[in-house]
Amino acid sequence: MKINREDVRHIATLSRLQVSEEDLDTFSSQLSTIVEYIEQLNRLDAGGVEPTSHVLPLQNVMRDDLPSPSLPREEVLRNTPDSTGKFYRVPKIIE
Amino acid sequence: MKLNELTIAEVRRLLDNREVRPREVLDDVYGRIDEVEDRIKAYITVTRENGYAMAADAEQAILGNRASLLTGIPVAVKDNLCTKGVLTTCASKILHNFIPPYESTATGKLKEQRYLLVGKTNLDEFAMGSSTENSRFHTTRNPWDVERVPGGSSGGSAAAVAAGECIAALGSDTGGSIRQPASLCGVVGLKPTYGRVSRYGLVAYASSLDQIGPLTKTVEDSAILLSAIAGHDPFDSTSAPVEVPDFARVLGQEIKGMRIGVPKEYFTGGMDREVADAVYAAIRKLESLGAMPVEVSLPHTGYAVATYYILATSEASSNLARYDGVKYGFRAEGKDLMEMYRNTRAQGFGAEVKRRIMLGTYALSSGYYEAYYKKGQQARTLIRQDFEKAFEQVDVIVTPTSPGAAFRIGEKATDPLQMYLSDIFTISANLAGVPAISVPCGFTAGGLPVGLQIIGKHFDEEAILKVAYAYEQSTEWHARRPSL
Repeated sequence: MKINREDVRHIATLSRLQVSEEDLDTFSSQLSTIVEYIEQLNRLDAGGVEPTSHVLPLQNVMRDDLPSPSLPREEVLRNTPDSTGKFYRVPKIIE
Repeated sequence: MKLNELTIAEVRRLLDNREVRPREVLDDVYGRIDEVEDRIKAYITVTRENGYAMAADAEQAILGNRASLLTGIPVAVKDNLCTKGVLTTCASKILHNFIPPYESTATGKLKEQRYLLVGKTNLDEFAMGSSTENSRFHTTRNPWDVERVPGGSSGGSAAAVAAGECIAALGSDTGGSIRQPASLCGVVGLKPTYGRVSRYGLVAYASSLDQIGPLTKTVEDSAILLSAIAGHDPFDSTSAPVEVPDFARVLGQEIKGMRIGVPKEYFTGGMDREVADAVYAAIRKLESLGAMPVEVSLPHTGYAVATYYILATSEASSNLARYDGVKYGFRAEGKDLMEMYRNTRAQGFGAEVKRRIMLGTYALSSGYYEAYYKKGQQARTLIRQDFEKAFEQVDVIVTPTSPGAAFRIGEKATDPLQMYLSDIFTISANLAGVPAISVPCGFTAGGLPVGLQIIGKHFDEEAILKVAYAYEQSTEWHARRPSL
């Protein structure tokens, strides 16, 4: 299946990526090549085969719900590009 | 001989006999880095000050007879493992200034043993690539030929080991990222069983495939380092609650009578003549040691790369959603929140990361999920079952690690699909979750290393280490070092 410029634009929006007009062409051709390669899976008869999401027989690993100390706030905020000192600061969300 | 050229086991003996001090080992390691690093570029960050502080601590432990196997051993760590207080970039602009407030479990275990952190090694951005050319900072050079790639994504770790810029290193392997660079740089690289090593603090790429493992000069060192990092961890619910043996214990045991599977689908052409010759010669060598080669079939091998690039990119598109310019790392300007997100991610991620995020987003998007993601998961089941069936007949499976020796810088950089196909022999082990090791098994006429891959059953690292050690000890390949 061909991934055209409009497809790339749509996927980029879903992926929260700004893509320039000239990059639309590059990604369109590269992603098309890759998707065409991947489509060889269409030749595979997988009817009735259980999908594998995980190779280990581990499910619902539970632990006791006990409170334990968290990282100090200032350490957590040390890596943020912008904070108020107590909270992350982001551009305005509500008009 | 300089101390930086030695193995973990050799340095251990010298340290325990008080013949050398940890800081003297570091002197030689950093001396070597000063000598060759401008040509190799294996590291993103060299942590000299930190290393010497750790050496002082290690020395106290040795003098107090409290030394463990890794005490005072200089180890390089791939820059996608979080090291508390030490820059961890994933070779990405989006994490260019990230200083983790916590330590990964794997490096934390080495810290408990008082290892010495030499520095953080280069990789393809977020471990996505097979050459380190996708690093946002620089491309690492292959110590055997600096015009060629070291492989990837753990290319910095592999090159650092090969060039003697550390004693050993840690890497991560999602589709071959430890084994392929180990093969291309002529060192030993091991991807443990999925679940063997905790991934807590490993920056996630594809969580159902990622594993941390050692890159070392010898099989013995691989066993030592694996023993140190393995084990269940309450901080990683996918780490398996199984016992960790002392992996070095099996080294030297006979391989006589072991059944060595040779999958016919891997030997159908598509690999360089010289690689095929070296691997066939290695199989004959194993036979001469008493092992029995048996032809096996892994019929769904041809679907592995396609399956991988659906599942790995789908998981990546989800894992990398966290890079939003808010909590850490780089942020670009934008007139509102959405524009800030889109600009941050557009400027912060490199082209390959964007391609994989978009491919994964596409595979998971409405209308395509059944055709791609679910089909990929079903193909994964069939690939896993291929191994289960083959392992009913054999103890281990041997293949080439990579279809070719190290390629030239730039040779595959403009063709993503060609680059993906360089992982064609390593990807299946990640999809099946089984352990695999790459050991040097020869050189091309041009002097480039070739690797032999040995794949084992779930949680049977002992079998692959045993076979790898027997092979290594009966050949001279591992003793060769690049002339730099």
